[in-house]
Amino acid sequence: MNDANVVKVGMADLKIAAGGAILKTTGLGSCVGLTLFDERTKVAGMVHVMLPSSEIAREASINIAKYADTSIPHLIELMRLEGAEPKRFVAKMAGGAQMFAFHTNNDSMRIGPRNVESCKQMLKQFNIPVLSEDTGLNYGRTIEFCSMSGKMTIRSVQQGVKEI
Amino acid sequence: MLHRLEAFKLDVLKEVGNIGAGNAATALSRLLDKPVDMNVPTVSLIPFEQIADKVGGNEQVVIAVFLRVEGEAPGNMFFIINEDSAKKLLRNLLALDVQEEGYSEMEYSALGEIGNILAGSYLSSLADFTQLYLSPTVPAIAVDMAGAILSYGLVQYGEMGDSALLIDTTFLEGKEALAGHFFLIPDPESFDKIFSALGVPNE
Repeated sequence: MNDANVVKVGMADLKIAAGGAILKTTGLGSCVGLTLFDERTKVAGMVHVMLPSSEIAREASINIAKYADTSIPHLIELMRLEGAEPKRFVAKMAGGAQMFAFHTNNDSMRIGPRNVESCKQMLKQFNIPVLSEDTGLNYGRTIEFCSMSGKMTIRSVQQGVKEI
Repeated sequence: MLHRLEAFKLDVLKEVGNIGAGNAATALSRLLDKPVDMNVPTVSLIPFEQIADKVGGNEQVVIAVFLRVEGEAPGNMFFIINEDSAKKLLRNLLALDVQEEGYSEMEYSALGEIGNILAGSYLSSLADFTQLYLSPTVPAIAVDMAGAILSYGLVQYGEMGDSALLIDTTFLEGKEALAGHFFLIPDPESFDKIFSALGVPNE
């Protein structure tokens, strides 16, 4: 694969790509890698969501890519500006694992499932269907999304490679 | 607040790491019945993206023992080693035929116990030093990508910004053969408590 064609998405980061470029984010644990895709214009977007809601933010200036409730609307808008049509958007997502099993009341320890729930809630609000997902369980994932085929490739240490 | 930490407060945190990790190194040395060296801890405010670089990058497979520090100065603690070092530790410790690939239940639980002993000695010396009540949760162990593992310890920081304050100590057995990292990531709220416990004035 030609590396020049890969757009890297960092933690709490979002990017868009088109025309066959590949969006990639590595080492998703409790974070969620969510992609949106418009099949007709071949415009794709990816966000690496770290936290479920900006309501808990104590930052002076919010990094909107970090939270599910702020990053998804922003990604939709960016893709729309590239000529994509939000009505045609479909979503895929991976991550949201619980890397360690803990018996504790500390809510931040179940951040993975909460990230997944919050992403789904936002997508529902924008009427974007979730085509497929590989979320939860207890392992890390690296994902790539191809803006030509709309396919997401997921790699993990335990489970090898799969495509959704 | 974290962005304005003066040099001397960083020195205090370095000393906190030094004392805790020193005790852990002694414990490890007893376990292995061999000398274990440690590097002087580094204390730094690191962007999330770069924390996993300390152990080989986001996708590097590592063995991590994680525990949550509860009590008066809560935080997250990781003991992280690479697979070669883990196998070496197990061979030294268990005197068993350790397989090249994968881990048996017994090996897994031995690694968890090593993490437990190290974290326990780190924390109890910190608690003595600061006179703060600190108690570890039962440790959990994972073999996975460093990025996936470490990001789990950054959630508390995520609400504050995009960097975390990390106290990092490297262990060395026989110069370079065993490279283990001890990461202590105190919760943002814990710093004031640590400083005031140590008599560092709050301006």
